[in-house]
Amino acid sequence: MQASAVESIAPVDPAAARTVNEVLAESQVEAVMDELEGDLVGLAPVKARIRDISALLVIDKLRRNLGLQAQAPSLHMSFTGNPGTGKTTVALRMALILHRLGYVRKGHLVAVTRDDLVGQYIGHTAPKTKEVLKKAMGGVLFIDEAYYLYRPENERDYGQEAIEILLQVMENRRDDLVVILAGYKERMDAFFKSNPGMSSRVAHHIEFPDYGPDELLSIGERMLEGMHYRFGDGAREVFTEYLGLRLKQPHFANARSVRNALDRARLRQASRLFADRERALSKHDLSTIEVADLRASRVFAATPQS
Amino acid sequence: MMTNHGKRLTQGQFSYLPDLTDAQITRQIEYALKNNYAVGIEYTDDPHPRNTYWEMFGNPMFDLEDPAGILLEVNNCRKTFPSHYVRVTAFDSTQGVESVRMSFIVNRPANEPGFGLARTEGEGRQVRYRISSYATDKPEGERY
Repeated sequence: MQASAVESIAPVDPAAARTVNEVLAESQVEAVMDELEGDLVGLAPVKARIRDISALLVIDKLRRNLGLQAQAPSLHMSFTGNPGTGKTTVALRMALILHRLGYVRKGHLVAVTRDDLVGQYIGHTAPKTKEVLKKAMGGVLFIDEAYYLYRPENERDYGQEAIEILLQVMENRRDDLVVILAGYKERMDAFFKSNPGMSSRVAHHIEFPDYGPDELLSIGERMLEGMHYRFGDGAREVFTEYLGLRLKQPHFANARSVRNALDRARLRQASRLFADRERALSKHDLSTIEVADLRASRVFAATPQS
Repeated sequence: MMTNHGKRLTQGQFSYLPDLTDAQITRQIEYALKNNYAVGIEYTDDPHPRNTYWEMFGNPMFDLEDPAGILLEVNNCRKTFPSHYVRVTAFDSTQGVESVRMSFIVNRPANEPGFGLARTEGEGRQVRYRISSYATDKPEGERY
């Protein structure tokens, strides 16, 4: 009598989709998957897992169309990987895919860190966490560096309270939101080890591999393209060499380091052009990163030039 | 009695209709969110029509995308105050409007005694009227 009109599904709807293709066409999820495939370099295991999840959701939809019982699967995930391996980017896409497949209602991503969940005094944490959860409902809650929630060295830390509320919501409101925990591999492992409840509620542990030099190069080229720049003569080779050297240095943050390197190259290009005040600058001049812009990097200075 | 049709308080939207189901409340909240209203939950046990400001149950909720979160709070409020009046309000902050656009009751006490009308004779033959809820004769918290 009450909410049944909204929740119940007609046993067999003759017009409903029967084939995988029909569901895909209906939800346009294929377009997002292709984009994912095309836009993101590498990340083969991640893409494979996302395909698996999409397949499961598509089949579930077909089952439901035929009146078979299809309990919503638990889709809470953990993304582990080094900095700059695309965890946030993939989370954004994930929200879109889940929305297209009708798993979440709105498909927005709420990205938070410890600060947004944990309060500063007694009684502050619960309302704060709940507010964030309410905002994330109908979408995806992305908790970056989730292991900071748990501070074993301080037993009065309010992080534990936030974790408890999270666990409760992850269990009871599975159809309202999807929680994605992200962070570095080792620390996430330690976090899950000390919070077994959390570990068992996260169904998908997805590891983001580091990028190889080739992948980094093509990421760099895509970034440049996106900013309407391009490599000048020989600059591509110098950038390859740069990446090779930078990889060996500490604090390498994959795609993020590539972006920073390119931003600095743009800076140097700008000051190079700025120095020559009389020259009329063509479109070509303004959009080309030259060898000199890259060579000036500190990374080359640290090693003797060949 | 004129002031208590069907023993039900009639204030705000939908108050002449049967109680809204959760699904119906969700649809209303969905509409409010679509229009970028800030949705708040308020409760009281003094339903006098001039009692404009009810107690707020938590802060008004901004930046929400989905009604599920608000429905959760509505149910929390119902659980905390099972025999109070609870209403959902939607505030429109558009410049020039800046007022409540929607307000509807989502919880009411089992027994609503209604309002009594008292007449007082003033100077000459002037009559002054006063209405008060029968429930408010009792102290706060024991009214319903």
